[in-house]
Amino acid sequence: MNNSVSIRDLSLSFGAVNVLENLNLDIRDGEFLVLLGSSGCGKSTLLNCIAGLLEPTDGQIFIKERNVTWEEPKDRGIGMVFQSYALYPQMTVEKNLSFGLRVAKVPKEDINRRIARAADILQIQPLLNRKPAELSGGQRQRVAIGRALVRDVDVFLFDEPLSNLDAKLRSELRVEIKRLHHSLKNTMIYVTHDQIEALTLADRIAIMKSGVIQQLDDPMTIYNRPRNLFVASFIGSPSMNFLRGELAEEGGRPVFRTHGVTFSLDGYETAGPLNAGRKVVLGVRPEHVRVDGHLSGGEVHDAVVDIEEPMGADNLLWLKHAGHTMSVRIGGAKRFSPGSKLRLSFDMSVASVFDAETEERI
Amino acid sequence: MANISSLNAPVTGLDAVSDRIADQVATGPRGRKPKRVMSARNIMLYGTLAVAALYYLLPLYVMVVTSLKGMPEVRMGNIFSPPMEITFEPWVKAWAQACTGLNCDGLSRGFWNSVRILIPSVVVSIAVASVSGYALANWRFKGSELFFSILIIGAFIPYQVMIYPVVIALRELGVYGTLTGLVIVHTIFGMPILTLLFRNYFTSLPVELFKAARIDGAGFWQIYFRIMLPMALPIFVVAMILQVTGIWNDFLFGVVFTRPDTYPMTVQLNNIVNSVQGVKEYNVNMAATLLTGAIPLVVYFISGRLFVRGIAAGAVKG
Repeated sequence: MNNSVSIRDLSLSFGAVNVLENLNLDIRDGEFLVLLGSSGCGKSTLLNCIAGLLEPTDGQIFIKERNVTWEEPKDRGIGMVFQSYALYPQMTVEKNLSFGLRVAKVPKEDINRRIARAADILQIQPLLNRKPAELSGGQRQRVAIGRALVRDVDVFLFDEPLSNLDAKLRSELRVEIKRLHHSLKNTMIYVTHDQIEALTLADRIAIMKSGVIQQLDDPMTIYNRPRNLFVASFIGSPSMNFLRGELAEEGGRPVFRTHGVTFSLDGYETAGPLNAGRKVVLGVRPEHVRVDGHLSGGEVHDAVVDIEEPMGADNLLWLKHAGHTMSVRIGGAKRFSPGSKLRLSFDMSVASVFDAETEERI
Repeated sequence: MANISSLNAPVTGLDAVSDRIADQVATGPRGRKPKRVMSARNIMLYGTLAVAALYYLLPLYVMVVTSLKGMPEVRMGNIFSPPMEITFEPWVKAWAQACTGLNCDGLSRGFWNSVRILIPSVVVSIAVASVSGYALANWRFKGSELFFSILIIGAFIPYQVMIYPVVIALRELGVYGTLTGLVIVHTIFGMPILTLLFRNYFTSLPVELFKAARIDGAGFWQIYFRIMLPMALPIFVVAMILQVTGIWNDFLFGVVFTRPDTYPMTVQLNNIVNSVQGVKEYNVNMAATLLTGAIPLVVYFISGRLFVRGIAAGAVKG
């Protein structure tokens, strides 16, 4: 498969601060790539570099096998959607959509045809003669997407496009963006700090921290097999449970030991040898802890319910167990009052073991 | 049925409470708390405002009244009393007949000189400052911060320090003593504060607009004229008010950089009022001063409203 966007050894520094360092990234044709990270990790900076709005200190950017490192933004074949919509306030929606085309002196009929198509796809025909001030947030963002759409670009860049919308609108527009990607099949690069957006939209997610990509994988791999402790703690809400302890051996099989209790690691897919005595962190997602009723395999332990948070569809329990506080997600129908004791076990096939020193997955 | 009765339970509880407050419902406080008109705060506030207004309006009143009196009435010395016989003679004289030196065509000459100085100075200085403010805000170049700092320092240096060098520079350029020279001087000296004004305004606009326009393929001038300029109307009005009042009221540059036949209105006013020969015609002096001060006042009253409207429009557009 061809690469749509390739980034080679990209570095960017503002004075003494290195925002990006030797970053390499290949994005396939038609792929939906999400750049995910907390604020200040360099994800928006990377997007601005791809767009040509920031000049990299070093490195190269290729779009459609063309070196665009020194090209102007308009010559890169990209369209960009901003968090603040960035609609020109004094122009009507139609003028907003056609601005880029008018600047490029595209013939009038051609402009009208492209606007009609974009308005049709995004269902904004009734809004064409309104000013941005007369639109709701969701409508504004649709127009902003339309502005990229009319320009017939190869690559769409989204810079946190849904962050300014309320929760309901955000989930609606999220689905629309996904539908748009399915019908257009363009390459899309999407920056967000929202893990739900990342997991639901992405073909692949690149998780960034301090200008370095921590893991680049499909959402399921990121979720189930995080490569290091940072990725494991960043993805998932509520966050993964981390138990500090060490590896040991019992009856010739590796076990995890913490505060005097041991867990068999049967079923854990390991990349390296599980040497006894190694200090490790065991990571288990709240939904991978089983309580009572359906206990089978693995070790069984006692725990005390501290707080219960019913959320309708499911029920979140905060437990005290062997010196750790743990969160457990169970079905919404099962209720436990604080103080009640219950028995739990872990599903080791989807657990993660990290080295305590390097914080890398073992 | 058990559910329904349990739902009713709290309602009976409410009834019990409402019995206890029943007598207060009809008579007690309700809705917005009334505010006293003659509170200590209001007396202080309006008292201060009234005193301040009186302080500024009284001299104005004396000027208007005096300018409408004939000289015999002025000599009676009752400066606060209204004119017994209203005459517009002093106004006509101030405008068309008052003498400065050899010219006896009144303030009208100075008025037209001032207009010829004002219009190009305001247009050129605002045009240059808005473009440089836009460039400094959006098109950062190497050394742009340093350039901006130097410009700001320029705003703090007293004009008087620079007069002699500027005279020499204008002489070398061959425009000393002409209106062109004075326009150049006004444009240059308006630059620091105006550029600061425009740069700060353009910096306050969302940077994404600029980025979006660049992705749409617009260049330096297209972004300026088609994106930035339509959004900058309020700040243009502010700059215009600043420049019109500043340049119209200027005396120093006018007296230094022009010749008697090109003197602006302020300089001519000074020459009329301070002439030491003959009788002091207070009524003519008052009329002349009011005429000279009228332009900034009119500009402020007209564009001040526009200015407020511009700000309000910007706020709605968001």
